[in-house]
Amino acid sequence: MIVPLEHLLILATLLFAMGLGCVLVRRNLIMILIGVEIMINSVGLVLIGASAFWQQVDGQIMVLILMAITAAEVAIGLALVVYLHQQKKSIDVGIFDEMRG
Amino acid sequence: MIATVMFYLLGAVALGATGLAIIQRNPVYAVIYLVKSIFALALIFYLLGAPLVAALQVIVYAGAIMVLFLFVIMMLEITPTSATQCTAPGWAQWSPVLLLALTLVTLTLLLIGLDPLASEGVPRWHASPRDFGYALFKEYALAVKIISFQLSFAAVGAFHVGMTERRRAQLEDES
Repeated sequence: MIVPLEHLLILATLLFAMGLGCVLVRRNLIMILIGVEIMINSVGLVLIGASAFWQQVDGQIMVLILMAITAAEVAIGLALVVYLHQQKKSIDVGIFDEMRG
Repeated sequence: MIATVMFYLLGAVALGATGLAIIQRNPVYAVIYLVKSIFALALIFYLLGAPLVAALQVIVYAGAIMVLFLFVIMMLEITPTSATQCTAPGWAQWSPVLLLALTLVTLTLLLIGLDPLASEGVPRWHASPRDFGYALFKEYALAVKIISFQLSFAAVGAFHVGMTERRRAQLEDES
């Protein structure tokens, strides 16, 4: 292990917080998906760090599964963005408000 | 020792690139900065003993997922209109890009030239392709199957969602 595990966790936490902030603050659907990507990346960093800490290969396989899940999520997410853009000619999340109770 | 310094530098690059990515108004710039952050993370993965995952991070994330983002952004033509005026980029635009790119190039050259995995006499732990493949296709064989199912479900779902109304009516007429 080249660095203490705590430093790696701090880096991953900062990245995760940035992604979460992007999801919560931005109103553009594409930017929200990018925020989700940043969060998934930080989770991958934690898994690789855990894999290096315990010197087991399992964490890296988890990252491989995470990549496949991300690819599926992005494919469906971007298809939904295209669909919503066809419906409303905009991808600002503020205008998708038909479901407010 | 040098690997530790590299980890902190790459961590700073990843944080800087991600921070610049989330404050961009234009999603294209955000995607480009995110690619830079992904490169930095891939080098961190390599330093932490995951060479195969590092390569896949560049191939899958930067090569496939981010390009998909760019395709959709350009297909929808949603970039802000101010960005279409082609003014020459000033130092304010160039300096963060140059800084991040230079750091990444320097660190990549250092990785190639100094080979930190062997610089301490004994090579540190890293997952060899053999261990990785054995674990993936022996212990996690079921997970691989489930993931392949999931990818095909995603493909069907994306096809269904992306179908236009006209095509949907056409399919209903045929059936």
